[in-house]
Amino acid sequence: MQPMLALNNVEVIYNDVVLVLKGLSLTVPEGRIVALLGSNGAGKSTTLKAISGLLKPENGEVTDGEIRFLGQPIHKKDAAEIVRMGIFQVLEGRRVFEHLTVEENLRAGAYTSGWKGFDEKLEMVYSYFPRLKERRRQVSGFLSGGEQQMLAIGRALMAHPKLIMLDEPSLGLAPLLVEEIFQIIRQINQDRGVTILLVEQNARLALESADYAYIMENGRIVLEGLPADLKDNPDVREFYLGLNEVGRRKSYREVKTYKRRKRWLS
Amino acid sequence: MEKFIQLTLSGIANGAIFALVALGFVLIYKSSDVINFAQGELLLIGAYLTYTTVEMIGLWWPIGVVIAVVLAAIIGVLVEQLVLRPLIGEPTISVIMVTIGLSLLLRAIIGGIWGVTPRTAPQFLPRDTITLFGANVGVDRLWAFALALTLFVLLTLFFRYSREGIAMRAVADDQQAALSMGISVKRVWAIAWAIAAVTASVGGILLMSIFGGVSGQIARVGLLVFPVVILGGLDSIPGAIVGGLIIGLLQSFAGGYLPPELGMGEVAPFIVLLLILLVRPYGLFGQRIIERV
Ligand SMILES: Nc1ncnc2c1ncn2[C@@H]1O[C@H](COP(=O)(O)OP(=O)(O)OP(=O)(O)O)[C@@H](O)[C@H]1O
Ligand SMILES: [Mg+2]
Repeated sequence: MQPMLALNNVEVIYNDVVLVLKGLSLTVPEGRIVALLGSNGAGKSTTLKAISGLLKPENGEVTDGEIRFLGQPIHKKDAAEIVRMGIFQVLEGRRVFEHLTVEENLRAGAYTSGWKGFDEKLEMVYSYFPRLKERRRQVSGFLSGGEQQMLAIGRALMAHPKLIMLDEPSLGLAPLLVEEIFQIIRQINQDRGVTILLVEQNARLALESADYAYIMENGRIVLEGLPADLKDNPDVREFYLGLNEVGRRKSYREVKTYKRRKRWLS
Repeated sequence: MEKFIQLTLSGIANGAIFALVALGFVLIYKSSDVINFAQGELLLIGAYLTYTTVEMIGLWWPIGVVIAVVLAAIIGVLVEQLVLRPLIGEPTISVIMVTIGLSLLLRAIIGGIWGVTPRTAPQFLPRDTITLFGANVGVDRLWAFALALTLFVLLTLFFRYSREGIAMRAVADDQQAALSMGISVKRVWAIAWAIAAVTASVGGILLMSIFGGVSGQIARVGLLVFPVVILGGLDSIPGAIVGGLIIGLLQSFAGGYLPPELGMGEVAPFIVLLLILLVRPYGLFGQRIIERV
């Protein structure tokens, strides 16, 4: 069976000069959770923006390779078209519309799918995030970080997407809340069959939730596999899970050897 | 006391018109960061188009006004698409220079079509006066106020409940996030210009009826949009309304109580503009992000 989403040797250049993705390939099968891990500046967000058509406003461009969604090439389409095809990217840093209320944010999320069936969709979102229902008339700029992340995910659900791409949903949230949000993400994937592409720095959680994972460095995929296998890989354990042979947290001094080994990885 | 009430009422009526014109300016600024120096010309366009449909062609005035407003909206969208869209990503100062150029160009086109001599125009708003709170007020002022208020209510409903209205506010908050949910930013800009052209031309039409003619005087009122938005905050819709009313009252009182030789009615709003720029450059309601241009 062909995968739902396939990136094949994708190259992305910003401002006509900065080469950020250097022939990246990955596939996302329908109905699964796929994790994309990597350190700061590896090009994870760029990968998601290349898929969702959000590179153009940042002066970036897919210059080589192709991106297919449900068999159709999409790397030449604009963002609105891609949303209508069923891909929704939840941007890094939540990005709720601060002056709009919770419910108005959700309406904005339903922009492409229209006002029809709006109330049912709203109830569906509130069933995953009861806290949003309590705050439905509140201006979203005053929500806590966790509630804003819930709103960002809820906004995605309002568009009825086939594929949701989440860019670092754990960013800046307390561990307990992160657990809760990941649990809901898994639940959405299971009950609604929504495929999920998950970008994370929190490798431990991502590997616990995902069916398959890719690790990228410097604009390329350097490792991929089942989470169980990756968790046993000594490099992954050391660089992404922050564990050494004995399973303790690494000390800062040990992290320094990281640079050398990382070069070997890429 | 009677004079005070009279000045207050006419100040509020004028202020509502200023607010209407300023609202369009704020919408354009909020959705696309463009400072539109051609707002005054949009007023003139509305007035001259109505002059054409009602006085020259002889249509019944409600129909003439509707046609004029629709044409003005189309002109607004065309200006956005032909003049401003190619400038996306250019520095603020270049965009400002272009809108200043645009205002001169529109003025020249208007002069070419309708000439520069003032024209007497249809006064379709009733001219009689009634007594309100013990003062005589022109009914036309009350009409102007009621029409402006109706437009504000309609726009508020539009922004609160309609798909495109919410999309416009979303774009004003975070353009990239709006794009990520499939909202067309270009469409939002086009709608902002259409609404700005509509509110400005309604303002122009009301002024034409109050002044009893079309002339450069109307475009001078367009200039008042700057004191209004500087006072209220460039990016604040409530600010545009409150600012409009304050400037309207100020103009009315300064013109009514100070010796007319000083011409304070004309000057006072700009004195306020300077004071505000010195003391509180982001306005009463604006966000504290200032860019010097
Ligand atoms: N608009 C842009 N113009 C130029 N370079 C950019 C732009 N956006 C990102 N880059 C560069 O591309 C590289 C990858 O950035 P990207 O945001 O994709 O990384 P990331 O993996 O998401 O990092 P993080 O974990 O910090 O979010 C970085 O070196 C960054 O400086
Ligand atoms: Mg990122």
